[in-house]
Amino acid sequence: MRKLSIGSRLYLVIVFFILYAPIFYLIYYSFNSGGSMNEFESFTLEHYKAVFEDSRLIVILINTVIIALLSGLIATVIGTLGAIGIVSIKDKKMRNTLLSLNNVLIVSPDVVIGASFLILFTMIGVKLGFASVLVSHVAFSVPIVVLMVLPKLLEMNTSLIDAARDLGASKKDVLTRVILPYIQPGIFAGFFLALTYSLDDFAVTFFVTGNGFSTLSVEIYSMARAGITLTINAISGLVFLVTVLVVIGYYYFNNRAKLKNGEVRR
Amino acid sequence: MFNKASKGSLLPYVIWIALFVIAPIALVVYYSMLDLKGNFTLENYQAFFTPVYLKMTLTSFWYAFLITAFTLLIAYPTAYFLTKTTHKHLWLMLIIIPSWINLLLKTYAFIGLFGLYGPINAIVEVFGLEPQQILFTDFSFIFVSVYIFIPFMIIPIFNSLDKLNPTLVYAARDLGASSFTTFRRVIFPLTIDGVKSGIQVTFIPALSLFMITRLIAGNQVITLGTAIEQQFLVSQNWGMGSTIAVFLIIIMVVIMSVTGGQKKGGRIR
Repeated sequence: MRKLSIGSRLYLVIVFFILYAPIFYLIYYSFNSGGSMNEFESFTLEHYKAVFEDSRLIVILINTVIIALLSGLIATVIGTLGAIGIVSIKDKKMRNTLLSLNNVLIVSPDVVIGASFLILFTMIGVKLGFASVLVSHVAFSVPIVVLMVLPKLLEMNTSLIDAARDLGASKKDVLTRVILPYIQPGIFAGFFLALTYSLDDFAVTFFVTGNGFSTLSVEIYSMARAGITLTINAISGLVFLVTVLVVIGYYYFNNRAKLKNGEVRR
Repeated sequence: MFNKASKGSLLPYVIWIALFVIAPIALVVYYSMLDLKGNFTLENYQAFFTPVYLKMTLTSFWYAFLITAFTLLIAYPTAYFLTKTTHKHLWLMLIIIPSWINLLLKTYAFIGLFGLYGPINAIVEVFGLEPQQILFTDFSFIFVSVYIFIPFMIIPIFNSLDKLNPTLVYAARDLGASSFTTFRRVIFPLTIDGVKSGIQVTFIPALSLFMITRLIAGNQVITLGTAIEQQFLVSQNWGMGSTIAVFLIIIMVVIMSVTGGQKKGGRIR
């Protein structure tokens, strides 16, 4: 490859700077003993302490994580089974219909999803709160799992299944010992994306959450509407740390999986 | 092929589609035809075609267009230069990380950055200008939205640029095309799919954003999304909210059919 010119390097540097500056700005002022994001008085950890001492905030954090993990897990099961089901459909028209229905929630604006789910839950009589938020998160995570698993299934050589059947494997064996291990990276990626969707979601949750229940995004929104609180900055610091750790963890796992499959040869 | 038994695995998925894809859309359409008392009416649609709502729809479109255009303008060169770096996937990863930080937190950062006594105004003062209110303006709304969408635009463009066979570029250059012509006639047409999906993931959300307008533009900017939120959660007028949602869905379908499809086959020319 040719070397990048000075101009294009500079361009990239500026883009990276703009992308990261707001995040580091937040984290920098999370250590500020003054109450604002304008003048740095002195170093303090009091805002981090405030986060951990605020039991309401801790409950919200735990809620957010539980919702993300549970919805990710359920969506991964439904999505993976759905993807296997879609592949088994021979009728091309029906397969395409299912696939376009699958994409509806991915491209739909959050507000529309949130509003329509609000109507749905009110009609069925689901109480707004933990259950409605969990169900909505499962609902909008399923299609992304399907999209992650589907390519893996399509690239799978079907003679593997025939071979397993010929060698006397039961249908269950085929699923658990042939198909699932093969599509495992897709499942893993789907679960991971479902997690990030859930953690990042604000609009849908905002619509379907009741008075008593809140996730981190909704809480930050109401805090930010009230003005600047350095507690939010401390939360950003923690969120950034967790994000970076998750990214590193994801890469570590991915590389190990690749090494195990012999895809990476050095 | 996959045996018939795996069709049973479709059941939960099909139930999911029925409950959370088909039912919600049907309900939105149904509610759009109800007035505040729950009577069947087309009033909401009449209301939508009054100047108030039409103007709102147009401004919402204009903002979404500006946001998408600026995002594309910044993201395309970034993606292009990224594919030329030595550890391109590592750099792409670094572009993606900010997109995983909670949207609300990033938006909140700009409340501080753009504030009257914030760092941006401090820089403005160094140049001898009066500090001014940057928050609650069109500019701040568009800037923050572009900031939020840049990574989502870069990813699909990067992927399509990455797939581009470099020998095509060399061939064009060898045959005497200038670098601009190479870009216009070879690189851009071959990466148009990436651009299209980038536009999809930017334009539709840009129409429906409501937290950025609330936090950054302080009710100065009303998008379709803000209006829906307003009708549903503030005015409690679900009928009107649903009507706007119906139009948002229609717009979405139109955009999808314009930017999607025809990924196979050669260009017709």
